[in-house]
Amino acid sequence: MALKRHVGFFTGLKYKGGGPMWAWILHRFTGLSIAVFVGLHIIAGFLTQQFGSDAGIFINTIYENWIFQIFIFFCALFHVINGLRVIILDIWPALIEYQQEAIWLEWLVFLPIFGLAVFIIVTTGLSG
Amino acid sequence: MQSRTVPQRGLNLEYAMWIFTRLSGLTMYILALVGIVAALAMGARTQMSMETLLRWTFMPNPNHVLNSDIPDVTLGWANAFWQIMSILMIFFAGTHGLNGVRTVLEDYIGNTWLRPLLRGLLFLIWLLMLVLGVYVVLAS
Repeated sequence: MALKRHVGFFTGLKYKGGGPMWAWILHRFTGLSIAVFVGLHIIAGFLTQQFGSDAGIFINTIYENWIFQIFIFFCALFHVINGLRVIILDIWPALIEYQQEAIWLEWLVFLPIFGLAVFIIVTTGLSG
Repeated sequence: MQSRTVPQRGLNLEYAMWIFTRLSGLTMYILALVGIVAALAMGARTQMSMETLLRWTFMPNPNHVLNSDIPDVTLGWANAFWQIMSILMIFFAGTHGLNGVRTVLEDYIGNTWLRPLLRGLLFLIWLLMLVLGVYVVLAS
C-alpha cells in the first residue's frame, strides 16, 4: 500500500510547507472542483438542450447563482495562475531557486483580478 | 513501506500525460484569450455582463447556459470556427481535468487492484464528457 506513511492526519497538518505547500493543496482542490463543475455542466447542458430536463435546469440554476460564481471564479483563476507558474518553473528549472518569489508574484497577480471581479459580481448580484 | 516503482525511461503514460498537462494548459490559455478578445471585439464590451463574458471566454457556445444573454448569436458566433474552438476547448479541458483526477486519486490508492478499475471508470467518464460536449456544440 502506498499510504503507509506512518504519519497521522494532525501530525501532517503541522508540516510547515509554507507558500508552495498551500499552492499545491489549493491547486489540487481547485482542480478537482473545476473537474466536477465542468463535468456536471456538460451533462446539464446536454440535458437542457436535448430534453429541456428539470435536472439540467436545476444544475444550471446553481451555476448561475452569483455566490457560486465567486467560488468557481476563485477556483478557475487560482488554477490558471498557479498552473502558469508551474509551467514556467518546469520549462526553466533554474528558476526554482526563486520559487518563493514566484508564489508572492502569483498572489500579487491573483488578488487584484479576483478582488475586482468579486466586487463586480457582488454589486450586480445585490442590485438584481 | 513500499515506495513507488520507477517506470522505464522513454515515453510512458505518466511522462506523456505530464507533458500533455503542461501543453494543454498553455493551449487553453490561447483558446481563452482568443475567445475573450473576440467577444470584446464583437460587442461584449457594451452588451454582455461580466459573468456572461467569462462563460463565453471558456465556451463560445450559445446553448450551454440557460440565461446567458448573448447579442447577435446567429451573426457572429454560430459558425464552424467557434464550433471548432469549442470542441478543442472541450477536448483539452476534459482530458487535462480527467487526467488530473486520475493523478490525485492514484496518489491515494497506490498500485492496487483498484487502479485498473479506476482507470477504466475514468476513461468511460472522459469519453462520455467528450461525446456529450461535442454533441451539444454541434447540435446548437
